[in-house]
Amino acid sequence: MPTIPVSNSECGGGCGGAPSAGTRRDFLKQGAKALGASVATIILCDMTDLTKMAEASGATPQRANLFADGYDWTKHSYVYLVDIRKCIGCGSCVRACSRENNVPPAHFRTWVERYRVSRSGEAVIDSTNGGMDGFEPSQTGLDITKAFFFPKLCCHCTHTPCVQLCPVCASYRTVDGVVLVDETRCIGCGYCVQACPYGSRFIHPETHTASKCTLCYHRITKGMTTACVQACPVEARMLGDMKQVGDKVAEIIATQRVLILQPELLTDPNCYYLGLTKEAR
Amino acid sequence: MGENGGFLFPNDLHILWQLMIVMYPYVTGLVAGAFILSSLYHVFHRDELRPIGRLALVASLGFLLFAPFTLLLHLGHPERCYNTLVTPNLSSAMAMFGFIYAGYMTLLLAEIWLVHRQDIITLASRSTGIKRTFYKCLALGVYDVSPESRKVDHGVLLILAGIGIPGAAFLHGYVGFIFGAVKANPWWSTPLMPIIFLCSAIVSGIAMVIILYSIGLKFSNRKIDAPCMQSLARWLWMFVLISITLELLEIMTLAYEAAEEWEIIGPLLGDQLAFSFIGIQIFLGAMVPIILLGIVVLMSRYLTDQIRNTLCFVASLLLLLQVFAMRWNVVIGGQIFSKSMRGFREHYTPGLFDKEGIALAIAIFVLPLLFIILFNRVLPVFEQPDEQLSTDTGTPSE
Repeated sequence: MPTIPVSNSECGGGCGGAPSAGTRRDFLKQGAKALGASVATIILCDMTDLTKMAEASGATPQRANLFADGYDWTKHSYVYLVDIRKCIGCGSCVRACSRENNVPPAHFRTWVERYRVSRSGEAVIDSTNGGMDGFEPSQTGLDITKAFFFPKLCCHCTHTPCVQLCPVCASYRTVDGVVLVDETRCIGCGYCVQACPYGSRFIHPETHTASKCTLCYHRITKGMTTACVQACPVEARMLGDMKQVGDKVAEIIATQRVLILQPELLTDPNCYYLGLTKEAR
Repeated sequence: MGENGGFLFPNDLHILWQLMIVMYPYVTGLVAGAFILSSLYHVFHRDELRPIGRLALVASLGFLLFAPFTLLLHLGHPERCYNTLVTPNLSSAMAMFGFIYAGYMTLLLAEIWLVHRQDIITLASRSTGIKRTFYKCLALGVYDVSPESRKVDHGVLLILAGIGIPGAAFLHGYVGFIFGAVKANPWWSTPLMPIIFLCSAIVSGIAMVIILYSIGLKFSNRKIDAPCMQSLARWLWMFVLISITLELLEIMTLAYEAAEEWEIIGPLLGDQLAFSFIGIQIFLGAMVPIILLGIVVLMSRYLTDQIRNTLCFVASLLLLLQVFAMRWNVVIGGQIFSKSMRGFREHYTPGLFDKEGIALAIAIFVLPLLFIILFNRVLPVFEQPDEQLSTDTGTPSE
């Protein structure tokens, strides 16, 4: 097909000329091919990555330096139990967590709330410095009929919105049921922080990535318990393993009246509470 | 303890998504709105909108070019942004941004190229030297200006614009979905959110085009086309009525149901957001423009061109403010209350020169306008008065 050369003589003022729709058609075809190839490349790269991740979460778990050799994450399924009736609000757990995980000041991977509820149902709640320093006695001016301490942490939900919404797969759930963040991949968008209904995530002020309770993954994969559980003087916090025969926590969950936080959201938390009351959420 | 003595979760003390995340839906809204307006001419053959057909497309491109900067300025690790393309989480709404953005950019560039193709060839033939080479590059080696080729151009343009409408709706609907999909936040989590975002996007897009059209012609000493402005006012009035109705319906439903979330959303709107929600978003930003545009639409025969243009200009300015207030009230409003649903966080005021500060937000808003001016120097954004209808490849009559 002939085309019109751009010259003053032949095309000045937008004059007509021999039709050459073929040139444009060719251009569009080539453009469409290039676009298609680009999309296919991206999808292939993505699938390759997903395949790697699937391999990493399979029977031979080796996500880079996540845990020591010899640990088999298919043989564990961790759960956490908090007995609200036992907590004395000493804050040992918060301090232990902070030291163990180098948690930045004014941010919390676990914290304790104090509930004081009046006869009329009015609740006064506080958690100064996450309960790290314990709780000072104070007057509420109400006729308090019920008071308790309420330890909180990431619920390590099975259907967790933070993993669902993370745009780059930086948030993920391990085979043994722990929700973690890959700090080398996180872009620091904060979407997971917004998505967590329990307020258990934050953006680390130094790394600028999402940070949260790891259930002391570096400890539990070596057969130890979490720092908060170890520090609790009254056994209000317990770590369990649903895949271990005769596990104490698994037994309590199976036989007693345990509750979870915000069950209506269907996130399927793996943090259970004993002694939860209607005011607590 | 929060500002009002209510209880906040200890990690909930600060507003995490700040001014740039307010700017993000605002700027992408302008993109989608301007594009849908241009489609009214290119696809639905609203010939009276011909004078703004090109301007709307170029405005859309201008804002699209700078939209990613809002996100990049917000991210903790902007250098890793490629991860959203390389290792996207296919279940994440936010991960789709890169793909939707790239697709939309391709489509928009193709459409703008087709609309301006005849001009590019004409300018290439009329100019010399580097300028000529530049226009030859823009022509991409295609110099066919025959009537048949224009017909093909028009056909392709129609298809692209046709794809672009759901594309624009998707681009902005998904921004609404980003918020609507957060079930942890009762102020965001509503299926209406994408539709509300889309309607207000169209409002902001039309309002922006009215302002650009008015100022652009003022500076080039040309007369504003009265049927075009009248039509713009009519479309704007319709979309602002739909938009504000949806926004109010959502709140009325929440208030009437008075479920658990209303305990925090009620005080949020009535107290924390009283100025930006009731004052700006509802009264100054919506009610006043609805009256002004109502005058233009319903009393058009009594209006002089100058009065019509002034009323439309003022209403458009107020509507740009309204849509910004709406984005602010959604993004910031949704974070003012703690997830404890029992208290409000500290008050948020953006810094002037912060990474997510006012200066950069203004820059992101102004740079697309400079782009449009620059674009106009290269290719005409406004059609020349002496141009015949047949010279525009996008002319529906062909």
